[in-house]
Amino acid sequence: MIELSGVEKYFAGQVVVHPLSLTIKEGEFLTLLGPSGCGKTTILRMIAGFEYPTKGKILLDGADLTSLPPNRRDLNLVFQHYALFPHMTVEDNIAFGLKMKKLPAKEQQERIQEAVEMTQLTPLVKRYPHQLSGGQQQRVAIARAIANKPKVLLLDEPLGALDLQLRKNLQSELKHLQRSLGITFVYVTHDQEEAMMLSDRIVIMNSGKVEQIGTPREIYATPTTLFSATFVGENNIFSQDGRLFAVRPEKLRAVRSQDGAKRIGEVLDVLYLGSIHKLVVQLEDEPMTVSIVLDFTDERTWQVGEKVGVNWNTEDEVVIGP
Amino acid sequence: MKKSSMGLLPVLLWLSLFLVVPMLIVVGISFMSRDDLGNVVFHFNLDAYATFFDPLYLGIYWDTIVLSIVTTALCLLLSYPLAYYIANAGPKMQTWGLALITVPFWINFLIRTYAWVLLLRTQGVVNNLLLDLGFIQEPLQMLYTKGAVLLGMVYTFIPFMVLPIYVALEQMDKKLLEAASDLGATGWKSFWHITLPQTKSGIMTGSVLVYVSTTGMFVVTDILGGAKSAMISNIIQSQFLGARNWPFGSALSVIFVITSLILIALFNKAMTSRHMTAKEGR
Amino acid sequence: MKSKNHPLLGIHSLLVMIFIYLPIAFIIAYSFNSSRLAADWSGFTFEWYVSLFSNRRVMEALSNTLIVALVSTVFSTLLGTMAAIAIRKVGRRSKAGIGGLLYLPIIIPDIIMGLSLLVLFTQFHIPLGKLTIIIAHITFSISYVYVIVTTRLTGMGGQLEEAAQDLGADAWQTFRHVTLPQIMPGIISGAIIAFTMSLDDFMVSFFVSGPSSTTLPIYIYGQVKRGISPEINALCTLLILVSVTLIFLAQFVLNRGKGQKKRSVLPF
Repeated sequence: MIELSGVEKYFAGQVVVHPLSLTIKEGEFLTLLGPSGCGKTTILRMIAGFEYPTKGKILLDGADLTSLPPNRRDLNLVFQHYALFPHMTVEDNIAFGLKMKKLPAKEQQERIQEAVEMTQLTPLVKRYPHQLSGGQQQRVAIARAIANKPKVLLLDEPLGALDLQLRKNLQSELKHLQRSLGITFVYVTHDQEEAMMLSDRIVIMNSGKVEQIGTPREIYATPTTLFSATFVGENNIFSQDGRLFAVRPEKLRAVRSQDGAKRIGEVLDVLYLGSIHKLVVQLEDEPMTVSIVLDFTDERTWQVGEKVGVNWNTEDEVVIGP
Repeated sequence: MKKSSMGLLPVLLWLSLFLVVPMLIVVGISFMSRDDLGNVVFHFNLDAYATFFDPLYLGIYWDTIVLSIVTTALCLLLSYPLAYYIANAGPKMQTWGLALITVPFWINFLIRTYAWVLLLRTQGVVNNLLLDLGFIQEPLQMLYTKGAVLLGMVYTFIPFMVLPIYVALEQMDKKLLEAASDLGATGWKSFWHITLPQTKSGIMTGSVLVYVSTTGMFVVTDILGGAKSAMISNIIQSQFLGARNWPFGSALSVIFVITSLILIALFNKAMTSRHMTAKEGR
Repeated sequence: MKSKNHPLLGIHSLLVMIFIYLPIAFIIAYSFNSSRLAADWSGFTFEWYVSLFSNRRVMEALSNTLIVALVSTVFSTLLGTMAAIAIRKVGRRSKAGIGGLLYLPIIIPDIIMGLSLLVLFTQFHIPLGKLTIIIAHITFSISYVYVIVTTRLTGMGGQLEEAAQDLGADAWQTFRHVTLPQIMPGIISGAIIAFTMSLDDFMVSFFVSGPSSTTLPIYIYGQVKRGISPEINALCTLLILVSVTLIFLAQFVLNRGKGQKKRSVLPF
């Protein structure tokens, strides 16, 4: 569907995106995940046409659109702060793209109707953006984009400005919307939980480089770099015989008897998190702490300062790094 | 120039033609001399600048600088507390206060100068009032004095000072003061260490506006001052519109602009010294 | 926020306000005083306003002023708006230079601007008159329009235009349907300021006007130098009324629209 081949971007001689090749499949929900300044937004803006790659090509359905201006690309972007036109009603905002394409009035009406229904905006069409809540504005931004029936929808941290509860609701709405539209979504976020929940595939980025590409399951279960091991979910990193490996907190076991334990430490803190609780253990001989998740069936009580043995199965070790 | 920035071309042309070129011509003429008819003669010399060092003109320019500095200082002293009061008043008072200090900014200075003629002349409002109250037996000569000029200048330019200071005070982050009082600084201390440095940009803007405008203002001295209170701007004006000694008028203009720039730079340096090292508030 | 002002501060502020407004109040009051000569109040009259409108020289100055203000407003609004829009597309270094040039007319003293234009016009044998005043007024008004439209553009941000392009609008459509409606309040407000500046200008006009192109401020100056007269009081009162109304209108237009940060029509 979308193919980035050898795409690189420099700003004023500084590398922002290192050479990147990526194929995004039809109907896929792909997320670019990384901390701020990692280059994910730049990649999205290059696909949308607001930035041009210093090197490399971008193809959509096999057609080269590397040097095409944004208004001639068959894809739409949902902006971070929505960028709704303040002087137009919801309806006029949604109609904007259709008017620019000079679609027949009847088809415009049908498309507006459809987009409004999908995003549950029907009672709000005559309102102006400043009369809407943040979540409603966000829906208008999506409706305005999908009314154009783009081949690909690009979303730049679309939920970034909303509070947590609303985010959760809209996340599932987005996923549902993507399934019913059946079009490709390219999503940018720095929220790893959001990425895990929504995506078919995740591209983890750090300082302009791709760290790992994979399904949420692959990323969680078998991170290949130190960065992806620690950026997505909590992880414990051990080093042994010159190699690094990671073990997730839920794969660690706390044992009272220190015989045969792989590591020995002292309980630093006990955190109750509702359905689970967590031990923070300061290891002996190593200047590091590990987290151990104890599930709700574990009835043992732990005291701060208590000696504890840490164990795990060798098959749960995930080797990372080269 | 890229195609998208072609819109700048007309403006650049216009400002070059009617702002930059004329000023360059003035600088050029300051190095010329004139014939008996007042025409400029293209002959490079420094006579116009030499004329300036006549004690008469040096004295006038010194008086002008003193008047401008005193005017600026008085405007600052009168304006800062007023701007402070409005910026810290309740929301309703603030709206009204802002309106009240904006209005005089847009009232023609000619009219505002004229108002003082009405008040200060021999049969004017002030003299009549004093006579009626029996404080004086004879009308006082208030018009056509240096005091009247100073009063007129302060009156004319006070809005130029109040507004920038108000804007700076208004844009200042009020949480800074809360932080300061949380850290134990209150009253004068927090004013001296927080408010004043934070509003430096407003004081700067206001002072430069008042200083430069006072030096360049010939109307107030013309109307409220007598023949003896002529300032440098009156001399410049008469060189162009009366005496027709353009080279001398041009030289005076160049000197006016250069000394103003030097004084502004000095003032700016003084403001950024020890106690005033906050970053620009704008 | 609760007022935390010291009472002395309040008294000072009140006194400065009285200082600022009392002299103006006297002009307005005396414009209705029936006595021609005395400073004493001798009855209410509209006589001076009536005689103002039958004064041929005042009417001629009024017509000159209006022609100059209208023409210079149209051109300065056009040029200033174009500059504000186009400057966003230039590189950072040239932006600083060009921005500085566009600020210059606000910074340089009126007297310098006036005399240098006088020199230019004389050197190139352009007769002084309405045309030269118009040119001068365009020169300083451009900056005010530029500043006001620029603040409005900055407030708009770049995303709206990108959104329009993303939705298929070309450069002209983006400008026509998004940029222009967004900055229109700034343009109108800038135009009103330009008009007011032109209406009020004395210093620059004084240098570049000819014998047949007297504007109202120049007329007032001539009369004031001769002494006081009740007609001048009336004329000043009218001019104050017009300027102040226009400024409040400009301020109102600029801040129309909800959720916008309050902006000032002043250049700082």
